[in-house]
Amino acid sequence: MSSVATTGEDRIRVLPPITKTGGGRVGRERAIVAVLGFCAVLAMVGLLLIILFVFREALPIFIDRATQAEASIRGFFSTPFWQPVSDTPKYGLTPLLLGTFKVTMVAMIFAVPIAILAAIFTSEFAPVRIREIIKPAVEMLAGVPSVVLGFFALIVLATWIHTLTHQGTRLNAMNAGVALALASIPTIFSVSEDALRAVPNSFREASLALGASKWQTAWHVTLPAAAAGVSAGVLLGLARAVGETMIVLMASGNAAMISGSAFDSVRTFSATIAAEMGEVVVGSAHYSTLFFIGGLLFTLIFMINVCAGLFVERLRRKLRSN
Amino acid sequence: MNMKRILSAFVLAALLVPAFALAVRPITVKGSDTMVILAQRWAEKYMDANPGVTLQVTGGGSGVGLAALINGTTDVATSSRPMKPDEKSKLRDRYQTPGIEIPVARDGLSVYLNEQNPVRELSFQQLSDIYTGKITNWKDVGGPDARLTLYGRENSSGTYAFFKDVVLLGKDYAPSCQTLPGTAAVVSAVAQDGNGIGYGGAAYGKGIREVAVRKDAQSPAVAPSATTVQDGTYPLTRYLFFYMRKKPDGEIKKWVDWILSPAGQSISTEVGYFPVK
Repeated sequence: MSSVATTGEDRIRVLPPITKTGGGRVGRERAIVAVLGFCAVLAMVGLLLIILFVFREALPIFIDRATQAEASIRGFFSTPFWQPVSDTPKYGLTPLLLGTFKVTMVAMIFAVPIAILAAIFTSEFAPVRIREIIKPAVEMLAGVPSVVLGFFALIVLATWIHTLTHQGTRLNAMNAGVALALASIPTIFSVSEDALRAVPNSFREASLALGASKWQTAWHVTLPAAAAGVSAGVLLGLARAVGETMIVLMASGNAAMISGSAFDSVRTFSATIAAEMGEVVVGSAHYSTLFFIGGLLFTLIFMINVCAGLFVERLRRKLRSN
Repeated sequence: MNMKRILSAFVLAALLVPAFALAVRPITVKGSDTMVILAQRWAEKYMDANPGVTLQVTGGGSGVGLAALINGTTDVATSSRPMKPDEKSKLRDRYQTPGIEIPVARDGLSVYLNEQNPVRELSFQQLSDIYTGKITNWKDVGGPDARLTLYGRENSSGTYAFFKDVVLLGKDYAPSCQTLPGTAAVVSAVAQDGNGIGYGGAAYGKGIREVAVRKDAQSPAVAPSATTVQDGTYPLTRYLFFYMRKKPDGEIKKWVDWILSPAGQSISTEVGYFPVK
């Protein structure tokens, strides 16, 4: 019974009685923590299973002689052709690597300056009312599904770019790159803007007090101070661009060619997997190669994220020591 | 108390789901994008007349359909090309059968050019040189001085495989050939690109011009039309197939019999293909 002094009707039970297990409170608490821990473990286990599955399906490339006769690691980089369905199948990864690289570079060249300058404007110069319009608008861009961006690039953007430049083919790396930039800008913008706003006002005030203009302050003081967060944003945008599938599948023309021009069609790793995975017979050399490409893509993005983390940590330490 | 009741309701519902799944099992038809509209039309008309049957039609490419047949995830595979020897051997390994092949329609494979393009006829040799990358400028085949843009299909497509076997004679496509997901995409790309060339099933041709094809120097150049495909004078004709793991029985047999009957074959003419006979 409660230890609160009561009178008849208005007895209020405040707490469960003080028994050995606190009326089941400790047990309940432990159960809740167990469920939370289980959810965290589930996420990790999911990731681990994906990694294991991808590498298991790609394993024949490393250990099976019959597969290696058709598709081997040496073969991946010794032929300039990607022709897996042929009388003499060729599994050259060079055109795919080049394609991924070209499209990502174009995307970053457009996305990084636009997103960072937009973030600087929004956090340093824009009055509150304008900021409250810009920020949600850019974040709405993040909500556009990539298939819609790809469709837009295929039908509308390709014609615009082709009419403007009259270079190369209609579906090319530039078209896919610009559409990818549209997908990456919201990520880079959001993270950079938050990083810039997190810089203490004392930095800005000190700089202005010394006579610098608002732009000089923003460019020479605030931006370097926010460098850690801004770099993290850029690397997240980069990881997004490398892994994006639907946009490149629809907008790039998917020709596995080696060329230096940004106005030629390209074929990326992600589009190759998406386009060809449905056709392969399970267990064939083509199948294992596609999983190898998947593992390669995964490793690439993982390394970008690890670099991002290390870079950010180093910058943060440097700023703290200052 | 409430939690227990909710939980037991969920468990009961979960147990009932497999029962429902067994009761209404659709016949799955998967494969060629060239044939997907035709197969859907056949399925719809048949299901209208026979409400107890459910037919589920999807595309993805002839290669996708045949791979699904081998993996056991579809009942019928539609294909715009004959089954390859290594697909046949994989099917034999897994199911001890070489598979059942049923030609269900005929199709003329058209070569599309943009309406503005003055070129009117091309030979097999020219097409082969164009698609293997030997010829790169329209002026080499009687057109304006402009770089060719090649449009083709993904390597999962039966149309890709058929064109490669019959026109390219097994040679590889040029690396610069862009790959598009379906015939409609090829048509739309050529319609928007004055220097484009593409290939695909006759049923999808709109907004472009289908060029007359000449088999070799001696034969005349023939444009694809209902008559020329039907009587075989157009050189790029192919059969469209249904593939199954075992001889059709039950509902599948009734559906295939209906397709091969005049009622079903007249639908293929509506869609733009040609009857098998």
